Amino acid sequence: MLIKNPKSYELKEHQVTDEITYLNRRELLKKMGYVGAGSLLASASANAGPLDFFGKKEDDKVFARTALDFKAQPQDGSEILTPEAKVASHNNFYEFGLDKADPAKNSQGLKVDPWQLSISGEVNNPFTLGYDDLFKKYPLEERIYRLRCVEAWSMVIPWVGFSLADVIKAANPTSKAKYVAFETLYDPKQMPGQRSRRIGGGIDYPYVEGLRIDEAMNPLSFLSVGLYGKTLPPQNGAPIRLVVPWKYGFKSIKSIVSIKLVEKQPPTTWNILAPHEYGFYANVNPAVSHPRWSQASERRITTGGLFARNRIETLPFNGYGEEVADLYKNMDLAKFY
Amino acid sequence: MWLSKSIVHLASLLPLCWLYYHAINDTLGADPVETVIHFTGIGALNLLLITLLISPSAKRFKQPKLLKFRRMLGLWAFTYALLHLLNFIAFELQFDWSLLFSEIVERPYITVGMAAFVVLLLLTVTSVNRIKKQMGPKWQKLHNWVYIASIAVVVHFYWSIKSDIYEPGIYAIMLAWLLALRKQKIKRWLKIG
Repeated sequence: MLIKNPKSYELKEHQVTDEITYLNRRELLKKMGYVGAGSLLASASANAGPLDFFGKKEDDKVFARTALDFKAQPQDGSEILTPEAKVASHNNFYEFGLDKADPAKNSQGLKVDPWQLSISGEVNNPFTLGYDDLFKKYPLEERIYRLRCVEAWSMVIPWVGFSLADVIKAANPTSKAKYVAFETLYDPKQMPGQRSRRIGGGIDYPYVEGLRIDEAMNPLSFLSVGLYGKTLPPQNGAPIRLVVPWKYGFKSIKSIVSIKLVEKQPPTTWNILAPHEYGFYANVNPAVSHPRWSQASERRITTGGLFARNRIETLPFNGYGEEVADLYKNMDLAKFY
Repeated sequence: MWLSKSIVHLASLLPLCWLYYHAINDTLGADPVETVIHFTGIGALNLLLITLLISPSAKRFKQPKLLKFRRMLGLWAFTYALLHLLNFIAFELQFDWSLLFSEIVERPYITVGMAAFVVLLLLTVTSVNRIKKQMGPKWQKLHNWVYIASIAVVVHFYWSIKSDIYEPGIYAIMLAWLLALRKQKIKRWLKIG
């Protein structure tokens, strides 16, 4: 007899939508009045105007995304997904400009193939993943995660990718590996924000981030290579990005070229820029305000325009406390924000 | 005159119609709330600076007619500022009044912005001819506070931004220049006032 010990984040059988309904989900969403993401994108490029998600130039080429083979995550319907067009047009990716709409406009030409992601540092088996490896080396699965930005807005996004732990295990870390340091591509020719301090917000590039090794090995820590079933658009961090759903969005570094296991806590970009505002841990925490705004609640971006009543309470660890709270058992999270 | 005044009114009003039409229909990008707040905020600052540009230009180019536009531009600046605040209350905070009051007290950039708004409100209320006459010389003293308010608005903008210093920097330089043009007047005011 097979005895299953479900993990806390696994869905119970009764919460799972039956397959027919799941396969027809796009159709259902349309019927419910939510415009299918694809059609929103299509109409945006068809009526190029000042409101075009991809800017005014009609002949701007849009980055080509390909469909992925992956194990889908059944949805329990408890949370409405943020439409694909919004996920792909509301981005903080200062390498491509400061306005939320800038990355989608300025990144469509990003060259992601060939790509090299090196896994190095305190490991017995350093290796490099090429572009094709990103999609073939590890079985791809879908994870529907809440994303909570430090600016107090949030989305629900169906990512496709694999566990960060899979990659770290493959590298076989040494006993000195206490932290994991991540680095975004540095290519000023392709990233206007890295060429000009005005466009890039005065940040010292490349963008760097880090996790403690036990955080990185947590099953929730995810390397995403796609969203909504297709490869990532550049504005969302193509070809590969980190997703740590219990931390503020800026921890989820985009377009990664290096994952390095290190002994000491690595520097992180926003912490360097404003240490009183952004800590190394950056766990979502409604009890600890950002110095300039409250973190007690957030606006969930879905559909509905200006009158959408979308302000909701922010949950500790963005609602993933059951999976991750143990990592911080004896820590004062007001001090280690 | 009525024609050029109508043009100013239309140029101030039409962008708002466009903005709210798209924001309500969810065709204003992914987060219409952020967009309307930024649009009306920057709009208020732009209009305030244009208002401050009127008297120096009228003097420099000997065009006293320009002064006829000063009050209406000031009132439009207030209108944008009012919408900016209402957008923040209605769409960002969604009428969480306790959050509004704690934000005004605890967040310096909101405190400064709110202070600027209160000044603009006072200037608007006293902009009627009848009240202006009743106030006599006090009116000018009160309306000199527009200089304080405009500094507060630029500080509010600078403090509200996560990392960029260029855009608020450009506004700070423009404002410094506009204030320098009336250096003598401000010196006199500060000595008396």
